[in-house]
Amino acid sequence: MNTVADPSIRHADFRAQPDPERMRAVVERLRCILPAHSVLYRDEDKRPYECDALSAFRQMPMAVVLPDTEAQVVDILKVCRELDVPVVARGAGTSLSGGSMPHASGVVLSMARFNRILDLDPFARTAVVQPGVRNLAISEAAAPHALYYAPDPSSQIACSIGGNIAENSGGVHCLKYGLTVHNVLALRVVTIDGEVLEIGSAALDSPGLDLLAVLIGSEGMLAVVTEITVKLLPRPQLARAVLASFDDIVKAGDAVAAIIAEGIIPAGMEMMDRKTTAAVEPFVRAGYDLSAQAILIVESDGTPEEVEEEISRIDAVLQRCGCTAQRVSQNESERLAFWSGRKNAFPAAGRISPDYYCMDGTIPRKMLGRMLRAIADMERKYQLGCMNVFHAGDGNLHPLILFDANDPDSWRRAELFGAEILELCVEYGGTVTGEHGIGVEKLSSMCVQFSPEELKAFFAVKTAFDSQGLLNPGKGVPTLARCAEYGKMHVHRGQLPFIDLPRF
Amino acid sequence: MNADSLDAVADVLQSLRTTIVRAARDRAPLRIRGGGSKDFLGQQFDGDLLDTRPLAGILSYEPTELVITALAGTPLAQVEALLAEHGQMLAFEPPSFGGPATVGGVVAAGLSGPRRASVGAVRDFVLGLGCMDAQGRELQFGGQVMKNVAGYDVSRLMCGAMGILGLITQVSLKVLPRPAAEATIMFGCDASQALTLLNTWGGQPLPISASVVGSGSLVVRFSGARAAVDAALSRMNHDHAARRVPDDAAAQLWADLREHRAAFFSDTGRALWRLSLPSTAPLGSLPGEQCIEWGGALRWLKSDADPADVRAAASAAGGSAMLFQGGDRSAGVFHPLPAPLLALHRRLKQQFDAPGIFNPGRMYTDL
Repeated sequence: MNTVADPSIRHADFRAQPDPERMRAVVERLRCILPAHSVLYRDEDKRPYECDALSAFRQMPMAVVLPDTEAQVVDILKVCRELDVPVVARGAGTSLSGGSMPHASGVVLSMARFNRILDLDPFARTAVVQPGVRNLAISEAAAPHALYYAPDPSSQIACSIGGNIAENSGGVHCLKYGLTVHNVLALRVVTIDGEVLEIGSAALDSPGLDLLAVLIGSEGMLAVVTEITVKLLPRPQLARAVLASFDDIVKAGDAVAAIIAEGIIPAGMEMMDRKTTAAVEPFVRAGYDLSAQAILIVESDGTPEEVEEEISRIDAVLQRCGCTAQRVSQNESERLAFWSGRKNAFPAAGRISPDYYCMDGTIPRKMLGRMLRAIADMERKYQLGCMNVFHAGDGNLHPLILFDANDPDSWRRAELFGAEILELCVEYGGTVTGEHGIGVEKLSSMCVQFSPEELKAFFAVKTAFDSQGLLNPGKGVPTLARCAEYGKMHVHRGQLPFIDLPRF
Repeated sequence: MNADSLDAVADVLQSLRTTIVRAARDRAPLRIRGGGSKDFLGQQFDGDLLDTRPLAGILSYEPTELVITALAGTPLAQVEALLAEHGQMLAFEPPSFGGPATVGGVVAAGLSGPRRASVGAVRDFVLGLGCMDAQGRELQFGGQVMKNVAGYDVSRLMCGAMGILGLITQVSLKVLPRPAAEATIMFGCDASQALTLLNTWGGQPLPISASVVGSGSLVVRFSGARAAVDAALSRMNHDHAARRVPDDAAAQLWADLREHRAAFFSDTGRALWRLSLPSTAPLGSLPGEQCIEWGGALRWLKSDADPADVRAAASAAGGSAMLFQGGDRSAGVFHPLPAPLLALHRRLKQQFDAPGIFNPGRMYTDL
């Protein structure tokens, strides 16, 4: 890969403080192109932007700008490019990986005012929205037409669609309905050069390279999104869920594989371990079986005929796999009750522990039993508890490590615990992040998942879009220097086929 | 794969590496080719043959993980046969146009078949891939799991890139179970009415898995749970007096459409255009005959119209036009890109393939 300009190094240190003179000059220029109320530079105004939902990582930005129009975004980016100022785009600030944590010498570009649904075409089943629109607001607007936007991250009440683009967000139904990348048709973006590009279209295939796929999940490091065209799907007429108990977590994992082997792709398939059900039950009173080592929630949706047929097939598989108890939701409120514990697992963790640290690795499903045993060992090793919540259908783990942020050693152990889980994910043939992104949080784990040459390929993509390295610098892809410092070897994806091949 | 096969694979990779490194040194373009089933696709260009077929074999397949990983030169037919044994499929139904298509070629060409509008395209099923860059280094992106947001999505960038960014060496594809039930219906219907029906149905919970409009009729396939398919059949019968196509004939019909064996595609006199349009786009007034798939979003056009007129009409409708086969190819094959987008393509090409050896010019001239 060509490394003429090296955007990996420029501005990678997001803690580097600007000198006050430069800060004054930058704010001055921004105030020339934006109304006074759109440029925040006093500490008390900037404070709400110093972190996102990963609050362990904080940094005060040099300034915050809140444009109202795409033309203003273009002007802001041109000014930042001219003055060599890093830009961190921000949606609702719900990132769990520090993706929108500010840069000390940079500007936070808040897209909060881009909050309008520009068009909703029920006949074409598409909506054109601005990036600050909340995920759930799209489905709410589509509801009168019996349509909805499928990806449903658990923060969907608050998270913005622009942030979903940055992270390629998933949700509990993505096994059947896909991730953000499968549900977005087109983007309008502004490059760091201030050029407006239309990527993708309302048609299904577009000419040229698939830049839509590259932009989705690029964590704000390639361009700033100003408009999004999403696909809308017909809302399923009915959804029902089965709640099944297992006396052994590995049996529960086997049941998940058996359902897939039966040719069923459920709308959702979630697992919680006993520690999690014990934590959530007093909180939500969902009626979970507290004697079970693990419970599975398996959802079927579609027409009433379809759901009835699928539920009976799921039921048979669960019986065969030795579940100790099972219930099928008889109405919508019961179905929502089944889900309430899963959706409240994070707050419940916050209820039983001062703080929790959420991991997001993905593994092949067959490795689940081994992973859970390894996590149990790590709980002893690091002297910290861990609740296991799992998007079982697609192998995405969310272990919640319980710690106390007031005790620096507890946080240090939590970080090491998390990193060890993620390294095991790579060793088992999985990935360090399924849906939360790398951000600032998992930079070191990237060194384990990718070789230096592969990391250079990511920087090659970055260079093609942003040769000065100004968009969200220091996030997403670690510098080779950082990996050298981290000192852990790149693991070549576990027991995968080429393990015996010589590497040149 | 056993140890001997893996040794053989290592030898093949070494030989490909030697070829690539030499080509890069001499700045001598390479023409990446698998089974050659899509030789006709894209622009003509000169390059020494780089045959991927020796790089063949299925590396892993576990039905319950819904993933298959195969070397690039593995025949598509071999992959599909193995999946069928386990009641699974490549849901995007990639066409091979009757030729010996390979898995690498399927991903590089990025073409999907009749089921695309309901399940997604090739790119939606690419979980990860391995490639070799212009320095002969092996790189891996993505992986074998459904959810993976570590790093930029280089695997999907390589999908449909017509080989211009590097040599794909292996791919991991998501697979799906074959539907429990499937049935096809047809009834007489003009094209404009068919577009209205298909878009209306698209917003309703009907298990449509494919559609084709042409020669005065609308043909629709339903796939899913037995009960859902039965319900759709009785509704079609009631609302449109639709006739059920016998299963054997239906399988033949969809295969012929996918592989371009259907009568519509046999006319070699005129240019065959592939128009990708919003499904609601009106029919327009371009001369020639159309065959419409994907609920209205894919329109094959046989026409003698001026290429500039076809492209202008596609752009005006919010889509694009690709000169699929035949016709005057002097003005390029793929839909022209706006200047800033083309410049970005050039920068990506420069970053990934600085010596310019991988399929230069196959997608766009100078790329």
